Amino acid sequence: MVNDTKKKSRIGHVVIYIFLAITTFISIFPFYFMFISGSNTNKDILSNPPKLSFGPYLAENFKMLSERMDILLTTYNTLFVSIVYTLLAVFIYSAAGYILAKFNFVGRTVIFGFIMLSMMIPTQVLYVPWFKMMIGAGMTDSHWGVILPMLANSFGVFLMRQNMLSFPTALIEAARIDGSTETRTFFSIVLPNVKPALGALVIYMFTSMWNNFMWPLIILGSKTKYTFPVALAMLDGNPTNKNYAVIMLATSIATLPILIIFLIFQKQFVAGVMGGSVKE
Amino acid sequence: MKRGKGETKSLWRRLNSLKNFPYFLIAPTVIIFVVFMVYPIVYSLILSFQEFKHGTYRFVGLKNYIVLFKDPIFYKALMNTFFYLIVQVPIMIGLALIIAVFVEEKYVKGKAFWRTSIFLPSITALVAYALVFKVLFNGDYGLINYVISALGGDKVQWFYSKWPARFSIIISITWRWTGYNMIILLAGLQAIPESVYESAAIDGAGFWKKLTYITVPMVKPILLFTTITSTIGTLQLFDEPYVLTQGGPDYATITIGQYLYNNGFVYMNFGYASAIGYVMVFIIGILSVLQFKIKDN
Repeated sequence: MVNDTKKKSRIGHVVIYIFLAITTFISIFPFYFMFISGSNTNKDILSNPPKLSFGPYLAENFKMLSERMDILLTTYNTLFVSIVYTLLAVFIYSAAGYILAKFNFVGRTVIFGFIMLSMMIPTQVLYVPWFKMMIGAGMTDSHWGVILPMLANSFGVFLMRQNMLSFPTALIEAARIDGSTETRTFFSIVLPNVKPALGALVIYMFTSMWNNFMWPLIILGSKTKYTFPVALAMLDGNPTNKNYAVIMLATSIATLPILIIFLIFQKQFVAGVMGGSVKE
Repeated sequence: MKRGKGETKSLWRRLNSLKNFPYFLIAPTVIIFVVFMVYPIVYSLILSFQEFKHGTYRFVGLKNYIVLFKDPIFYKALMNTFFYLIVQVPIMIGLALIIAVFVEEKYVKGKAFWRTSIFLPSITALVAYALVFKVLFNGDYGLINYVISALGGDKVQWFYSKWPARFSIIISITWRWTGYNMIILLAGLQAIPESVYESAAIDGAGFWKKLTYITVPMVKPILLFTTITSTIGTLQLFDEPYVLTQGGPDYATITIGQYLYNNGFVYMNFGYASAIGYVMVFIIGILSVLQFKIKDN
């Protein structure tokens, strides 16, 4: 009887490991396929079966890609919108989070209530008014037109507010008694002590902008302004001389930075997903 | 303009007074949300009652909504989106829960490895991963069809017939988002006290009993959260059908988000697009209330 349950649970263990192994394989394989395909020819990819190992055509594909897409400029554009967006968001949301968590003032409930409620609003509803506003402000086809409206991100404010809640109020009060100004308390006592939450916010904002597609697609008109997702979609949408090797190389180039950031800052990625609670 | 030293000082002092400080720090957020959230929500509602004709906008009452409810393509978009919702969200959340439970099993080694690799798909840009899947789903030379025919099946023309096209999108989204939801559910599982399982084990509860009587009820709020966020995400589905199927064949995969985009930014029909947006808001509102109700029962 005891032996029986033991055997049963051992089979269970094997089943679980096999299941996890298959799931992991499925999760990782498309990355592998993308990277190797960038080094093969279009013909290698479109054959039965497609080539599944690295090939010698990386340099050649790179040359072909450079003729169709300004890789450096696209990288610069994507970096610019992502970094500026992240910096602004971190400053604005950490201030808002701190105030919403630690101060009592008229309007707090209304402001926080609205921010919570607006998480239910599909962003796409806002695109038409945003677009008209950007036309009015002369900001279509500009990176600021991509960045500014996207700053109305309820999740970012929520994330900072949740993390500021657990910051010890006693520390703030002690600083006040010591004669520290409110500004100084915020910058030199509060911010340095919520670094993990800031890290989660940075990663969350940066990747969401780096990967953003629909709004940049709407607002950006000229090739010289494109960010990676828009440039990739345009590369794929162009039917002349379609070369999947070149497209996969471009996709790899767009994915690699995020992959590296992820491997370095895994904890912050996960914390961003879970509303900023940074745990070991 | 030059400002006197005393004036700067008093401004600084006023900013730092306990009464004013919160307002100064919250001001940027309030301004941003008023300009880019409150105003657009109202503006969009007004636009949805307007029509652009002869160079001006004029009020047309419910016309956009009436046209919308007679629009066959809108119904296709609605049906497709609901199909994705009903089929994809439960499969994905179920899968995410099972993976999370397996990874959390005490004896499973290499937890960090499994977690990281299964989470990996959710760092990719939607356009990027959709392009990879476009190659994998290729009708004549795709790897997926190669595997299917190697196993003795018939090749599927994924993007040229209705149901396969829909399933290609469902499979792709599931690949992208399962790990993301798994991570959220893991946090919930870790919060369940070990003692609950231990006493259940003493009572002789097996794997399935523990799953259905302890795990699922305990992570219900998180299951609700992941279901609501997935629902909002699915209703706004855009990037994947844009890259994979362009909404085709014959609108078989078009989503509400894509139809909004086409009307607003391809045909520049802002009033109609806003009406579509408001129907979307309405649906999300109803579904969220429904999901909360289901949770309460």
